[in-house]
Order: sequence, then C-alpha cells, then structure tokens
Amino acid sequence: MIVEFGHFALVLALVVAFVQAVVPLWGAQQNDARLMGLARPAAMAQLLCILIAFGALMQAYIVSDFSVAAVARNSNSLQPLIYRMAGLWGNHEGSLLLWVAILAIYGAAVAAFGDNLPPRLQARVLAVQATIALGFLAFMLFTSNPFARLDPAPADGAELNPILQDPGLAFHPPTLYLGYVGLSMAFSFAVAALLEGRVDAAWARWVRPWTLAAWTCLTFGIGAGSWWAYHTLGWGGWWFWDPVENASFMPWLTATALLHSAIVVEKRDALKGWTILLAILAFALSLIGTFLVRSGVITSVHAFASDPTRGVFILALLIFYIGGALVLFAWRAPALKPGGLFAPVSREGALLINNLLLVSAAATVFLGTLYPLFLDVAGGGSVSVGGPYYNATFLPIVLPLIALAAIGPFLSWKRADLPGVLARLKLALAAAILASILGWWLNRGGPLLALLGAALAGWLFVAAASEFAGRARLFTAGALGRLRRLPRAAYGMTFAHAGLAIAILGMTGSSAWKQEDIRVLRPGESATIAGYSYRLDSVGPVEGPNYHATRAQFTFIRDGEAIAVLTPEKRFYPVAATTTTQAAIHVSRLADLYAVIGEPDGKGGWTVRVYHEPLVPLIWGGILLMAAGGVVSLSDRRYRVGAPLRARGAEAVLR
Amino acid sequence: MMRRLIYLLPVLAFAGIAGWFWQGLAPERDPTLVPSAMIDKPVPEFDLPPLEAGKPGLKSAELKGQVTLINFFASWCVPCRAEHPLLLTLAKDKRLQLDGIAYKNKPEDTAAYLAELGNPYARVALDQPGRTAIDFGVYGVPESYLIDRDGRIRFRQVGPLTEDVIEGKLKPLIAELTK
Repeated sequence: MIVEFGHFALVLALVVAFVQAVVPLWGAQQNDARLMGLARPAAMAQLLCILIAFGALMQAYIVSDFSVAAVARNSNSLQPLIYRMAGLWGNHEGSLLLWVAILAIYGAAVAAFGDNLPPRLQARVLAVQATIALGFLAFMLFTSNPFARLDPAPADGAELNPILQDPGLAFHPPTLYLGYVGLSMAFSFAVAALLEGRVDAAWARWVRPWTLAAWTCLTFGIGAGSWWAYHTLGWGGWWFWDPVENASFMPWLTATALLHSAIVVEKRDALKGWTILLAILAFALSLIGTFLVRSGVITSVHAFASDPTRGVFILALLIFYIGGALVLFAWRAPALKPGGLFAPVSREGALLINNLLLVSAAATVFLGTLYPLFLDVAGGGSVSVGGPYYNATFLPIVLPLIALAAIGPFLSWKRADLPGVLARLKLALAAAILASILGWWLNRGGPLLALLGAALAGWLFVAAASEFAGRARLFTAGALGRLRRLPRAAYGMTFAHAGLAIAILGMTGSSAWKQEDIRVLRPGESATIAGYSYRLDSVGPVEGPNYHATRAQFTFIRDGEAIAVLTPEKRFYPVAATTTTQAAIHVSRLADLYAVIGEPDGKGGWTVRVYHEPLVPLIWGGILLMAAGGVVSLSDRRYRVGAPLRARGAEAVLR
Repeated sequence: MMRRLIYLLPVLAFAGIAGWFWQGLAPERDPTLVPSAMIDKPVPEFDLPPLEAGKPGLKSAELKGQVTLINFFASWCVPCRAEHPLLLTLAKDKRLQLDGIAYKNKPEDTAAYLAELGNPYARVALDQPGRTAIDFGVYGVPESYLIDRDGRIRFRQVGPLTEDVIEGKLKPLIAELTK
C-alpha cells in the first residue's frame, strides 16, 4: 500500500513538474505576475511529492519488502540496516530517484531562498528546473520504475552487490549527486539568462552561490569516492581514470572554471557568453556522465546493469537539454553586450588563462573517456587508454595551471604590476625550491616529475598563505580586526588553493614514493618494508552478518616497538557468491601502512600485500580543505545581501 | 557573421558527439568484428625483454612452430581485470601457448598485478615504450592476437576476450590450426 502511494506520489510529481515547466515560463513571456507566481508553490509541491516517493521506497528497503522488484534484486534480509537503506541508491532505479529528489531540493531552495531574485528570472529558472525534472521523472516512470511489483514475491532478496556494502555507499553517491545535480542550477540560470537576453554582474552574483554549493559537494563526493576505492579495492590506488570517475571529474573541472569566470562577470562585466557556455557545459557533462553509466555504451567498474531502451531514452533527454540549450546559446548569446578588452597581465587575464587550461584539461579527459566508445563504434572493442594517456596529456596542462594559481590572486584587476607581484612571490619560490630539495633528500633522488610536484605544492601553498597574510597585513597592529572584516570569500579562496597544494603533495608522494611488498608468509613470519618490519601473527575465520571472512592480523614494528596492529579481511558473500577485499590501513608519520590478505598457497602460507604509501593522507586532507573553502565562501555576506537595487528595478518593470 | 558562426560551434560539436552516442547504442553493433590490416600477415619483428630477469623474453622469431596467443595487457587497465579469469582458463589449453606483453607498464606494477590475479602466461614480456604495440596496430589494452605455426596473425580481438569469442571463434580456429 505504502509502495503504491509512493508510486502515485511520483506520478503526481510528474504532473506538477509539467505545470511548473509550462505556466511560469508562459507567465514570464507575458509578464503575468500571477502565472509566474505559480513557480514557487509548484517547486515546493514537487519536492513534497518526491520526498513522499523517496520515503515510501526507503520504507520498502528497511522492512525488506521483496514484492518490490528493485528491493528483491538489490537487498537481502540479512544485510545490516545501513546497507539496506543505502542500498536504495546502489542500483539504477533507486539512484535515479535520489537524482530527482536532489533536483527537487535545489528547486525548492531557489523557491525558498530566492527572495532577492527578480521574479521573472526566478520563474524562468524554476521552469527550466522543472523541465529537467520532467524528463527524468518520465524516464524513471516509463523505463525504470523503482516501485514495480514482483508477483509472486521471492522469500528473500538477491543482495546488494557486496562491493557496495561499505560505509562509502552511505555518503559517496548522495554528495556526488548533490554536486552533479547542483550544476543544474547553473544551467537553469544560464538558460533563463539567455531567454531574458541579459547577463550582468547581478546575474553572476546570483548564480555563483549555487555553483559554489554544487562544486563543494562535488569536490567532497569525488574525494569520498576516491577514498572508498582506495581502501576497498585493495590495489592501493586512489584514482584509476575509470570512465565513471572521469564522468564526475569533467563536470568538476568545468565547474571550477565556471566559478572563476563568474568572478570576471561579476567584477568586470566581461566573459559573459563564455560563462553562460561554461554553465551549460558543466551540466551537460554531468548529464553525459549519467548517460555513460546507465546506457551500457562504455565498460566500467561502476556501470549499472544496462538496457538499450534506457540508453535511447537518456540520449533523447541529452539531445533535448544540451542540444536545446546550445541552440538557444547560438541564437541568443551573440546579442549579449561584449565586455571590455583585457590587459594580458591582470586578474581577469589570469582568470581567462585559468579557464582555458581547465577547459583543455576537461577536454583531454573527455577524449580519453570517449575514445574507447568512438573506437567501439568504428569497429573496435572496449579498450582502456588508462594512466599513460592521462600522464602524457593531462599533466602538461594541469602543471602550469597550478603554477599560475599561485600568481593569479596577487594580480590586481585591469592592469597588474608583474615585477611587483613576482617580488612578493619570493617566499613561495624559496618554498618550492626547498620542497623539491627535501623530496630529493628524503628519497635519495626520485623521479623528476615528483620533485616538480613537490615544488608546485610548496609554491602554491606558500603563495596562498602569503597572499592571505598580505591582504590581512597579518604582522602589523590591528590584524585581528582586519581578519574579522575580511570577506569570507577571501578565506574560501585561501583554503581552496592551500587545500589543492596539500592534495597535490599527497598525490605526488603516493605516485612516486609508494613502496609495495608482495610475498608469501606463514603465520609467525616477518618481512620488512620502508623501515618497518611486519609480522603475520595469525589468519583465521570470522563470521559477519551476511558473509564469511578470513581475517589476518599483522603487527607493524618500528625500532623494536610495536606501533600498529592491522587486520585486513577477505570476505565471501554466499548469497551473491562474491569475494571482496577489506584493506587495513594505519596512518603513521604522514604515510599509510596498507595491508591486504590474499590467497593461501596450500602449504600453510598466505599471499600478503603490504604497501607503504607516503603522504596519501594529505590527499583526503587537502580535498576536505578545498571543500571547506567552498563552505566558508558560501557564507560570504554578499550572497545574502544580493543586489537589492536591481531587484527593485525589475519589480518596477513588472508593475 | 563570423561572430555568429563561432556561437554555432558548440551545438555543432554536440551534434557530432550525439551522433556517435546514437551509433554506440545500435543493437546490431558487434564489437568483435575487427577488420585488421594485419590478418594473415606475419607478425611484426620484435624482441622484448622479459618481466623477470633470467626468464625468457619474447621474440618474433620464436613464435614459429606452435600456435600462440599474444595478449597485450596492463595493470592499470580495468577491462584486463575482467578478462583475466578467462585467460587463466585458456592457459590450461595444451594446444596453445599463451604469452603476455605488458603494455606501458612498470615491471613492478606488472609483477604485482600477476601476483594478485595469478599468472596465466607462459612468457611475460615488457613493452614499456609501446613500440611493439604500435607495430601490431594495438588500439588499447586488452588486445589479443592469435598466431599460427608459421608466425602469421590469424585472429585479432580488440578489447577483452569473452566466453563467446573464446568458444565461438578462438577454439574452432585453434582446432583448425593445430590439425
């Protein structure tokens, strides 16, 4: 009964979305305040309907109602509660429901907190949002109904894919979707602006917090996914250039570019067409990601079970949204008033270079991700271009980008004094040299690229810190008061750039100085890695709620002192007949000790794999700091105050 | 006018991409039909070092006399992992010599990969610069070539081998070649 109620709520949401997509848009065209006024209550009603549907499906998962097909396929009564709940989005149908739920949350947020928006812009934004919801609700109801019943109902379910039975599932997909889907806000604002035919500083100020919120969630979500892969796949790697990872990374790169270009629109009233295009592209790339994962056109460790009719449906949606927005762009954008000319050495010039590099980076990732598909269509099979391609193409674009990220914030608008700026970067230069020497000395050499990575990390971190210190004049009287008055956005930028520097140091360390030791050990035997000695104490069986595990115990010893006990497991899930690896990780001296237990050799020994991953904890720390920068920046006063003058002006026009 | 054309570029590019996607969805698409310029030609000349010092490497000259399947793989390649269990089974086929070439892969990474998943290969050679792969015309990894007793390429599989390909194409061909 509750399930049917949820299904009905979803149908109702579709109807509401239709009304919300059509009526306010017509109202905005006709300048009819009553029709436009429908947008806000409709957005709220849509959220309510979808939340009811979401709650109904969640209830079916919690009580293990196997008469619901999706529950029977993806859940099992023996699964712990958290995986029964998170299992809702561990499959195609349920994850789509999460997708539209988040879309509705964003829509309702514009309705609730968009008081400072001109009513016409708000009506159009909400109508575009509803158009997106309409397509995806229809997709869900017609091809992937999460509420479809099964008759007769099986006695027990088939179980959630054991690889997904990890705490990562509880927060990686929701945050990632908050990011992905959040970019729909930038898209809706861009389309609304094109319909309106006006892009100005006020528009940039309105769109920026939404982009920032999406970017923050996306940053966190990608970081969480990377951490999950690191500790659960048991290869000791944190990024695999898998098509689906790339599908989240491309929107991130584009959204990062958008965040920077929106500043130029806001401060200098330039780069307008470009910013609109970026807003469309960022969301387009999220949609393409959705398409790649769900249509089965590309093989990936993440791909959902696919079905060609679904692929065709999503492709149609893709063509309608992206194609439609780009046609609108081609038609309306040339009419946008072009901005002023740039001096090459200026803040806006630096931001433009930042944008070109970020977009080129996204383009290389796009090519690497889709090359296998293009090849496939041309007659090849699914192949992987993998790490070597990205090392050769992506790094040469990103390294100068990072170097410039240190300089950009020092440049002033319009015309900057480059020699003066470089003089202020002396400390950062010293840090860069010091970091590379330190890297060389600690590791007795090391690949050149790693030393460059260390140098860039030192350069960017110290530059971000000294820019902040300079802005607050930290070492003169009254610094405390100035710190308090400094805009939150300034804190946000410093955090984000410093976080990037820290993450780069972590990536460099783990790529270049990782050590691994693979051998067969019998219980009681020891081996050494990176100055530690480790002993395999014991291997024994352990019973989990829905799996049998083999658990090994390692003791790590440094200078004769036991510093950590690691207990990696190998789990076998009988219902799904799948084995998973649970690595055990201990952080020590800014490095991860990482242990995995493999197969028995039949003679009393076990294959063990142990990694020493220096600086890896910095990757997650850096990413968290970047996301924190986004949150701090989001609390900046100027987004709450908005642009009251212009809003009043627009209202006057309406009356 | 020129200015307007620039604004049209994004939508045109997208139209092209959407066309590719559409073709990618075509149900009759059969990725295993690969026309290769190399079929029935002798294998390109190569002489690759072994993964482990002291073991034999892999040379084109040594391919004569038995039927060989050369599999290009890499530890960074996700489809290779999917293909791996099939290779382990295929390695038990006595009519066939299964050799692996690690493509653009560090020796230690290759060794770790094989230690983790098991080593199906009679010989494992390293193609770190990727030159031999270029000579073969490798699109990407995994990719496999079946070579007859005279050292000619008889079959090519772009992408991972599947149960269907092994049973439907590879095994009949091996049977024919070892007659």
